[in-house]
Amino acid sequence: MRKFHIAAFFLFVALLLTAVVVAQEENPFLTMGDMERQLAQLEMEPVGPEGKPWEQMLEPIEMVDTSMYAKEAPWRVCFSNASVANSWRVVGNAVMQYEVTQHPEIGEFIVTDAQEKPEKQISDIEDLLTRNCDILIVSPATTEALTPAVEKAAATGIPVVVFDRGVNTTDYTTFIHPIGGFAFGAVGARWLAEELGGEGNVLALRVLPGVDVLETRWQAAKSIFDEYPGINVVGMEFNESDPAKAKAIVLDYLERFEINGIWTDFGGVSAAAAEAFVDFGVDVPPITGEDFNGWLKAWQANGYKSISPTYPTFQWRTAIIAAVRILKGEEVPKEWVLPQPVITAENLDQYARPDLPDGHFAMCGCNEIEGFLEELWGS
Amino acid sequence: MESTFSTTQTPIGQRLRRLLSKVPVILIVLLVVLILIALVAPTFYRPVALLNFLKRAAPIIVVAIGQMYVMLSGEFDLSVGSLITVCAAVAANVINNNPDNLALAFVWVFGIAIVVGLINGLIVTRLNVPSFVTTLGMLLVLQGAISIYTRGAPQGGITDNFRVFGRGNIEGTEIPYAFVIMLLVIAIGVYLMHFTTFGRRVYAVGGNPVAARLSGVNVGRIKTTAFVLSAVLAAVGAVLIAGFSGVSSLSVGQGYEFQSISAIVLGGVALGGGRGNIAGAVMGALTLQAMFSLLNFLGFPLPIRLSVQGLIIIGAVAIAARRGRT
Repeated sequence: MRKFHIAAFFLFVALLLTAVVVAQEENPFLTMGDMERQLAQLEMEPVGPEGKPWEQMLEPIEMVDTSMYAKEAPWRVCFSNASVANSWRVVGNAVMQYEVTQHPEIGEFIVTDAQEKPEKQISDIEDLLTRNCDILIVSPATTEALTPAVEKAAATGIPVVVFDRGVNTTDYTTFIHPIGGFAFGAVGARWLAEELGGEGNVLALRVLPGVDVLETRWQAAKSIFDEYPGINVVGMEFNESDPAKAKAIVLDYLERFEINGIWTDFGGVSAAAAEAFVDFGVDVPPITGEDFNGWLKAWQANGYKSISPTYPTFQWRTAIIAAVRILKGEEVPKEWVLPQPVITAENLDQYARPDLPDGHFAMCGCNEIEGFLEELWGS
Repeated sequence: MESTFSTTQTPIGQRLRRLLSKVPVILIVLLVVLILIALVAPTFYRPVALLNFLKRAAPIIVVAIGQMYVMLSGEFDLSVGSLITVCAAVAANVINNNPDNLALAFVWVFGIAIVVGLINGLIVTRLNVPSFVTTLGMLLVLQGAISIYTRGAPQGGITDNFRVFGRGNIEGTEIPYAFVIMLLVIAIGVYLMHFTTFGRRVYAVGGNPVAARLSGVNVGRIKTTAFVLSAVLAAVGAVLIAGFSGVSSLSVGQGYEFQSISAIVLGGVALGGGRGNIAGAVMGALTLQAMFSLLNFLGFPLPIRLSVQGLIIIGAVAIAARRGRT
């Protein structure tokens, strides 16, 4: 009898997982108009200071007048963070703290950490609203759940800066984000297809289905591969960001196919994928990556063929820069679209850091800051 | 299945049925999966490919054997996954890209494992906290500790002389070290189980703890030893996995608690203890790994995979349970 309870439990878990995955598959973020816009933005010249992409903007169509928010320093800047649960957010959070130190006008910087829990973040924001913040910065844990909280904050009359993930309202003062997932996926796919001369078997390695920022990456890649009749996508597999799983998947595919290229939506598995070819005893084909340092190191050390699109951590700096501008009464774009630089064989040496851990994300806008990375990673 | 047999009770049918009922369910499941693989990917059966498959299966087999000791003694160990992550991260940090630190790394990795196993065992047996709660708590403690310790990304890096155990082959051959380590663990496991008093007592403790205590068995010590064994084998698993994938990340051990429990339940180890053996645990783990490859070969989407895996596990356990009753 006990066994059947356990069996029932397993069935329940399996069904639940399936339901979650299937439910997330219907994704409201996938619209072709957005994709075309992002691809166009990849080609545009950004507005702003040269060499400082975190201060640049693309297509600043609608500028917001913030003169009514202008205030005497010192300011109290409040930040509701979704979490520092992964190394991308750890790097971002650190560069943000650095940017704060660059503005003496910021008297106080109050941060709450929601530990990826939307309900905690909602109450964090409510707390912050009682603390006389001059401005509120929000990096939402989820788009849907945080929308009402952002609306409520804006209704109190303080300026609100949203960055990274968005919200389903335009009540914010400015929304900061890099170009986006379509551009990320397209850069790798276009390079790979060209590198292969439009011919060959491609294996796509993805983290998970149903995550909006990852879903857009694959959607873009797929539509680009479709443009090349000679490119055959032999498989699209999920690795749950586990390098061991990714390597096992590639080894299994090598039993059945000749693989001429690998497209990934997460650079954390690229090195393991490359190694599968080495262990199998064949040449490593072109592989797409990310500004994940583990991949940049492997790419540099082994001379692989790769390109690495980025989802820059420097946007965390931009959030502070925008807050400062707003409290000075300077105008900001309603939608602050940041450039999304690409790491190629030509500029790889600028970004790969053999002395830093794998989990570091290179597009942090922090490479020139004296001693910053050494302090962050304790090396 | 059974009803069709019972309606055609020819002597041959009866004999076949009796014969079949002696074959463990897991062996049939494993054979079916292996045959399906042969149909989809015939090259899988080249000796090199097979050895490479066993190399990949080695970590889950080793971890499952450890989990089996705990489960035979009537407990669970949900902390193995986080412990693997901790061991891999500590190894990367201690080695720090310097091959000379290999021995020191092993001391740290196995030292931590022994301490974690001891704590698990002592909390369960001395403080009488159910192992489900104790090891779930340990899972969270280790997860938190490693996030703080690594600041979100493992530091340092492992060198080739550490990776060879999970990745390399014995010089001049196609035989992976991981395969040899796996055989060693199986051999030691079988020896402990069937040729020592410890092995008999594990069964006794899980089967009937009261009777075991009355006949003078130190239940606490047996269970604690089982937890330490599980933790040490998780550390061996960590060495194999980290070596295999090479990248230090905080997701290396993810899911190993669930996978190891699935493997041994598939292999006929009774939840609650007292029943099961190493052959079952090994076949269960092999089946999970073979299913992973089969689903790769078939290219099923992830949601279908999860359901298929879940259904196979439930099905195999249900059939075994049904047999157990009749």
